[in-house]
Amino acid sequence: MEQLVFYLFGSVAVVAALLVVLQKNAVYSALALIVCFASIAVLFFQLDAFFIGAIQIIVYAGAIMVLFLFVVMLVDPESETFSANRHGHLVFLALPLSALLGLVLLWVISSYGESETSPVRTVESSKGTVDFLAQTLFSDYLLPFEVTSILILVAVLGAMVLTKRTD
Amino acid sequence: MVSTTHFLVLGAVLFIIGVIGVIVRRNMITMFMCIELMLNAVNLTLLAFARSFDQVDGQIFVFFVMTVAAAEAAIGLALIVLLFRRTGQVDIDKADTMKW
Repeated sequence: MEQLVFYLFGSVAVVAALLVVLQKNAVYSALALIVCFASIAVLFFQLDAFFIGAIQIIVYAGAIMVLFLFVVMLVDPESETFSANRHGHLVFLALPLSALLGLVLLWVISSYGESETSPVRTVESSKGTVDFLAQTLFSDYLLPFEVTSILILVAVLGAMVLTKRTD
Repeated sequence: MVSTTHFLVLGAVLFIIGVIGVIVRRNMITMFMCIELMLNAVNLTLLAFARSFDQVDGQIFVFFVMTVAAAEAAIGLALIVLLFRRTGQVDIDKADTMKW
């Protein structure tokens, strides 16, 4: 059953990711990316990361992608310039590079897989719950958490300053 | 129970698709979406290792990655809007004013 869920949503994620790259219209790309994020969220649930999966749907597939769609609608989605004749050399650049990267990643993963066969599971996992996550976040990672709030503040100010009309 | 290696391979595949998208596409918004896709592939890998080692730290990292990605999306989209307002398009090849 778990295998089935993994292969189903994993293949949906890969197909949606391919659609993001291949679609000419940026609106369709954004919609495919939402599908991809949602199926990745299911895989997060499968990895016992319940809180992360929830905020994946709420923040990523919800907030960030709505922001993307706003901008896609704001700028002209017809101004797409994916022409094979003008950028044909990029495909020939991308394929060897990504094949090389894939080989390196495969090598790393296979060298990891030798030392580890199946994940260690002591008890019924509760590490993905909000309770457990919050206890670690607000004790060991309190300073990074506070720094992150400053980062968000700076990002909000930066977005406002950048898009402010001066005239 | 799905093994960690499965998730690692899936994360690698999604990351590579994102890399191809960034290289091939010239629309700035689509390139930005591919960067978000790469971030999510890394998140998947982090969570797979978090389960593998039975530690919660990986999930905290993913939490911070998501926060930084949200901030990055806000700034990046503001830059895209700014570029569109100035030049009337979002083609990254046309934004070559500083290219010598």
